[in-house]
Amino acid sequence: MRAMTYRGPYKVRVEDKDLPSIEHPNDAIVRVTMGAICGSDLHLYHGLMPDTRVGHTFGHEFIGVVHEVGGSVRNLQVGDRVMVPFNIFCGSCFYCARGLYSNCHNVNANATAVGAIYGYSHTAGGYDGGQAEYVRVPFADVGPVLIPEWMDDEDAVMLTDALPTGYFGAQLGDIAEGDTVLVFGAGPVGLFAAKSAWLMGAGRVVVVDHLDYRLDKAREFAHAETFNFVEYDDIVVEMKKQTDHLGFDVAIDAVGAEADGNLLMHVTSAKLKMQGGSPVALNWAIDSVRKGATISVMGAYGPLFSAVKFGDAVNKGLTLRMNQCPVKRQWPRLFEHVQSGYLKPSDIITHRIPLEHIAEGYHLFSAKLDGCIKPLILPSAA
Amino acid sequence: MPYTPHKPPLAETTEQLRARIPGWGADLDPQDRPSTPKLDLREDLTGAHWEFPERQPESRPRERSLEHAFLTPVFGTAQPTRGLSGAIRKVAYERYSEARAAHWLLLIAADRVDAVEAHVGSLARLRPDNPVTETGVQAELTHRGLSSRLGRKRADVHHQALDPFLVAGPFIAAAGAAVAARSLIRGAGRD
Ligand SMILES: NC(=O)c1ccc[n+]([C@@H]2O[C@H](COP(=O)([O-])OP(=O)(O)OC[C@H]3O[C@@H](n4cnc5c(N)ncnc54)[C@H](O)[C@@H]3O)[C@@H](O)[C@H]2O)c1
Ligand SMILES: [Zn+2]
Ligand SMILES: [Zn+2]
Repeated sequence: MRAMTYRGPYKVRVEDKDLPSIEHPNDAIVRVTMGAICGSDLHLYHGLMPDTRVGHTFGHEFIGVVHEVGGSVRNLQVGDRVMVPFNIFCGSCFYCARGLYSNCHNVNANATAVGAIYGYSHTAGGYDGGQAEYVRVPFADVGPVLIPEWMDDEDAVMLTDALPTGYFGAQLGDIAEGDTVLVFGAGPVGLFAAKSAWLMGAGRVVVVDHLDYRLDKAREFAHAETFNFVEYDDIVVEMKKQTDHLGFDVAIDAVGAEADGNLLMHVTSAKLKMQGGSPVALNWAIDSVRKGATISVMGAYGPLFSAVKFGDAVNKGLTLRMNQCPVKRQWPRLFEHVQSGYLKPSDIITHRIPLEHIAEGYHLFSAKLDGCIKPLILPSAA
Repeated sequence: MPYTPHKPPLAETTEQLRARIPGWGADLDPQDRPSTPKLDLREDLTGAHWEFPERQPESRPRERSLEHAFLTPVFGTAQPTRGLSGAIRKVAYERYSEARAAHWLLLIAADRVDAVEAHVGSLARLRPDNPVTETGVQAELTHRGLSSRLGRKRADVHHQALDPFLVAGPFIAAAGAAVAARSLIRGAGRD
């Protein structure tokens, strides 16, 4: 089969690989019909995530058709059209039993601090991902769900990570009616977080980024007010002015490890790998909220330390909430919101790239060229 | 103002927001949101028909975190450890828990070694790495590389200039390793 493979920082190519096989009785093999590149993939692509091995196939956002099932699989049949959450999870461990699917303890031998994610390095379990024609899907009775008849394929792909993560991010903000909500990052996660904040009754939603084309999208798609941080000498002071010097009730970090806005922080983390991630957006969030506020962190950070302004968080009495998104837990409600038309996830898709051209796809998404917000990946066998 | 008891008023009323934004308030009740409460016991185990899953066979020794009691019942087998990078990775897993910086620093070092090994190996095999096609820089030409950056207030253009060095690093190291290996072999031949 054809599969994207990692060759080292900033380099990927498409290779012939063996078809994945059933390695556990509850495995399924899924033929991928549509996938996507996520902002998280950029952390791998830039060589930021420890134990990202050459030859690894990325991709944790995909839908497809069941091609083969293991002996103990009961809930799926060959030919079923399925959407697969980005988390790999067992359903029965302490965490899964309580709905924390993203924190499953039975699937990641390499680390206890993170669950398993398709195509997300060995630190996240060592599973090849879905930017390929076929993919191994462990615990086929637990993770995947049949794509409802009424749902568009492109919406289904957005439901495997970006939309649930944004929606989860808004939930972890503990938004109360009339709250002012500040979202850092106007990528897919930030856009969906901003949009979801309204569903939870936000009274005002502000989005900060430095890419004007994405801020345009935040105004149009997420009905938000926007600020380009490059235009301000100090974005934190501007956020204070915007709230009559109180600060925001809630902030959401939808940027993560490669945050811009402070060259030293960006270069020491994203380029030199001396920090687990650039804490610029998280620090801005800490300083832009009011005392007693809640910060929700959806941005991904590496396992090493980052220079987070923890003292300010303590002294302001902040609540910090965070996790990888337990995708399947969001689905029943999100299906309702998509069906009712409150959310149209495919609206943020900007590029549809054949798998064979994935190297260009990575470059244009990474360098933010051509108005790129969300690129889909289309395998040839689809 | 934070200097007085009341929150600053909002520009729009609830009715105005509801009229302007589709779905406004659909999830207003904090108790009725999918991830509340955080720990929410699921009696049906989300489709799992086991309390502890069957174990995937360990066909070759699999590295694992020291913080695990045993090898997890299911694990990825995508890229087994090999070569020098593999040896470094094994040390990282066998000696240091996730709590130790040494664990992660060794894994990052192994990643850099892995890239060099791969480039050297690709020269020896039929498919040498191609820095042009693999970095996807053609997209600069086909997807408005210049106009996406020029005249725009973007914070990332300053450090994007560093990227070519990050790309070139492993190639230069691989070339160095190849030269060193050749002179070693020659040197050995002379004895
Ligand atoms: N927790 C989860 O489950 C989960 C799931 C998916 C993605 N993520 C993470 O969420 C983050 C965003 O993902 P995405 O797909 O939207 O990525 P993306 O790269 O498309 O978006 C990130 C955005 O942040 C902007 N940005 C950079 N520095 C900033 C700053 N200082 N302030 C404000 N904005 C800044 C960038 O210009 C970009 O628009 C990533 O870190 C990703 O790994 C987490
Ligand atoms: Zn993702
Ligand atoms: Zn589990």
